[in-house]
Amino acid sequence: MTSIILALVIGASFGAVLDRIGATNPNYISKMLNLTNLHLMKTILLAIGTGSILMFGGQMLGIIDVGHMSVKAAYIGVFIGGLLLGGGWALSGYCPGTGVCAAASGRKDAWFFVAGGLLGAAAYMATYPMWDNSGLLENILGGKVTLGTVPGSDYAGLTAISGDLLGIVLGTVFVLVAFLLPERPSAARGEVLPAE
Amino acid sequence: MALNWKTGGILLGVVFFLAVALVKPIGVSTQFVILDGILWNAVDNSVVTATEEGGYTSTNAYLARSNGKYAASVANPFNYSFVFVLAMMAGAFASAMARGGVGASERSMPQVWRDNFGDSTLKRYAVAFAGGFIVLYGARLAGGCTSGHMMSGMMQTAVSGYIFAAGAFLAAIPTALMLFKEA
Repeated sequence: MTSIILALVIGASFGAVLDRIGATNPNYISKMLNLTNLHLMKTILLAIGTGSILMFGGQMLGIIDVGHMSVKAAYIGVFIGGLLLGGGWALSGYCPGTGVCAAASGRKDAWFFVAGGLLGAAAYMATYPMWDNSGLLENILGGKVTLGTVPGSDYAGLTAISGDLLGIVLGTVFVLVAFLLPERPSAARGEVLPAE
Repeated sequence: MALNWKTGGILLGVVFFLAVALVKPIGVSTQFVILDGILWNAVDNSVVTATEEGGYTSTNAYLARSNGKYAASVANPFNYSFVFVLAMMAGAFASAMARGGVGASERSMPQVWRDNFGDSTLKRYAVAFAGGFIVLYGARLAGGCTSGHMMSGMMQTAVSGYIFAAGAFLAAIPTALMLFKEA
């Protein structure tokens, strides 16, 4: 029961925040991906950095359970699937999480995205044996690995560098890039954009 | 109008942190498979079956993989990850209502689409449907989506998260540059 309450509270917070940062709005997604307005990119980079620093910091202080980490396997299909997702993301302006939230917020085209998504997931269920036999789902670089070696975690490290220190350093890099990235790259090159 | 990126970024980061601190990293795309399984099993209840060891398995190889992990979720939809996605929708709905809702014109299609491809709702809905198909097929092949691989993955310094993000942006940026010239 506790887990259901946590699902309700964290899930609802996530949905509300996705709505407030503009991630459920394809206008922001399209303008981020065609590099005219990087507002959302700055938000995402700052979020990854903040999450990373808090998580690894908490783990180093011993207040966060390292066992809660869940690292996905690396294989060639991750890259191919990433390419497909990226193409569909640019085309529709939605990804799975923002798509369901946009549908709930009243966007009718997002319901079509969700319906297409259910069919796409079903198509993968039907064609999974083919991918499984292709070898493209075989682990590469050690499979479920982190960039450094995180003390106490179930996952191996790609390098022997202290994983939690590296996590905090990379988290800081994400935060710095979020600050340094220009909101409007074309404006930074001296072009004049009409006021919104 | 979206939140300032500093406020929004910290809020989003705190949500990802709380999820991993209290339960596990956030992920969404698996639940499309679970809902498909629930619907399929409702039509044909031989799809997911209980095993003698007390677990679940399926006639579908994907639902049966990892010792029937997905089959078990299909059999018991009232689980953390599935309820999480339903709660996300409730949260987004409440947030959108609280800021006055999405305008009528935006509800059928985003302005950036209208500016580039005109007012046909049929065309927009067809493309959104096709986009959804490609996105979820790709997410399942990759084993995660923008939430699970890109955000949760890169936050944990997962190698797979970086591979996924490289693929996603390598395809997304040229596609958006080609499609959305009026923005």
